[in-house]
Amino acid sequence: MSQDAVLTGSGDVAIQEGLGGVVGDWSADKQTFIVPWGKAMMWIFLLSDTFIFSCFLIGYMKVRISATDPWPIPSEVFALSFGGDPIPLILIAIMTFILITSSGTMAMAVNFGYRQDRKTTAVLMLITALLGASFVGMQAFEWTKLIVDEGVRPWSNPMGAAQFGSTFFMITGFHGLHVSCGVIYLLVVAKRVWTGFYDRKGTYETVEVAGLYWHFVDLVWVFIFAFFYLW
Amino acid sequence: MATAEGQQHPISIYLWIWGLLFVLSFFSYMVDYAQLEGYLRWSLILLFMFLKAGFIIAIFMHMAWERMALITAILGPPLLLLVFIGLMAIEGDYTFLTRLEVFSQLPFVPEVHH
Repeated sequence: MSQDAVLTGSGDVAIQEGLGGVVGDWSADKQTFIVPWGKAMMWIFLLSDTFIFSCFLIGYMKVRISATDPWPIPSEVFALSFGGDPIPLILIAIMTFILITSSGTMAMAVNFGYRQDRKTTAVLMLITALLGASFVGMQAFEWTKLIVDEGVRPWSNPMGAAQFGSTFFMITGFHGLHVSCGVIYLLVVAKRVWTGFYDRKGTYETVEVAGLYWHFVDLVWVFIFAFFYLW
Repeated sequence: MATAEGQQHPISIYLWIWGLLFVLSFFSYMVDYAQLEGYLRWSLILLFMFLKAGFIIAIFMHMAWERMALITAILGPPLLLLVFIGLMAIEGDYTFLTRLEVFSQLPFVPEVHH
C-alpha cells in the first residue's frame, strides 16, 4: 500500500469535505474492534455512563465519610411491615430479584434472537420491559413512602445526616431514569422484532446491543444495592 | 462460540448464571438480615458484589467471548477510578476532622436544618 493510500484510508474510498468528510475520516477502513459498529458504540457509551455513576457513588462515599451527624441506618429506613414486625430492606430485596430476573429474560431474548426465533425473542423482551416497569413502580412507591411518611428531603431528614436524602434521590433517581429509558428502548426494539424488521435486515445484533444496555442497568443496581443499601 | 453472526451459546449457561445471581443476591441480603458488623460485613458485601458484577459482565454481556482489544478498552479505564476513590476517601476524612475541630470551637450551634 502506497503512502498516499495509507493517508487517504483505502484506495477506493473517496475523500469528502464537510460533514460527510467527518464521518468518512472516522470510519473509512480503520476498524479496531471486530464487532458490529452498534455494539462497539454501546460499549463506549456504557463506559462513559460507568464514570457518571462512579462519580455519584464516590460523591456519596465522600459526604458519608465527612458527615458529623449519624448516618441513617438503611436497614431500618427501608424496612417494610406486612402486618407484623417490619422486615428490613424487603422491598429493596424484591426489587433486586426483579431486576436480576429481567436480566435473565433479556439474556434469553438475545439468545433466541440469534436463533432467528422472532416470536420468542419479542415475548421475552416484552417480559423484560414489564419487569423493568414494575421495578420503576416499586421505586416510585419507595420514594413516596420516604417523602410522605418519613419526611426525607434532599436537604434534611428526621433520622440524621442531611446528606442521606440528597445522595439517595440523586443516585436512585438517576438509576430509575436509566431503567425507564431502558423500558422504552426495549419496547421499541421488541416491536421491530415482532414485525420482522431484523429478519429483513438479516441480523439480530440490535437485540444484543439493547441487551448490553439492560444488563448494564442491572449491573449498576448491584453496586447501588451494595454501597447504599447494605453498607 | 462467538461468530460473525453473533454470540451463540447454549441456553443452559444463561440459566445457570441466572440461578447463581439469585443465590448471590440472597447471600447479600442475608448479610444485612443477619446483622453482621464491621469488616466481616464489608468484605462479604464486596465479595458478593464483585461476583455478581463479574458474572453479569462476563456471561450476560458476553465479555468473556469478546476479543482482547475490546475487553481492555472497556474494562481498563475504570481502574483509574481506584485513584479517585482513594483521593476522595482521604479528602472525606480531612473534611470530617476539620468539621469536628471547627464545630466544637464555635460559640454557637451551627445552623440546624429542618
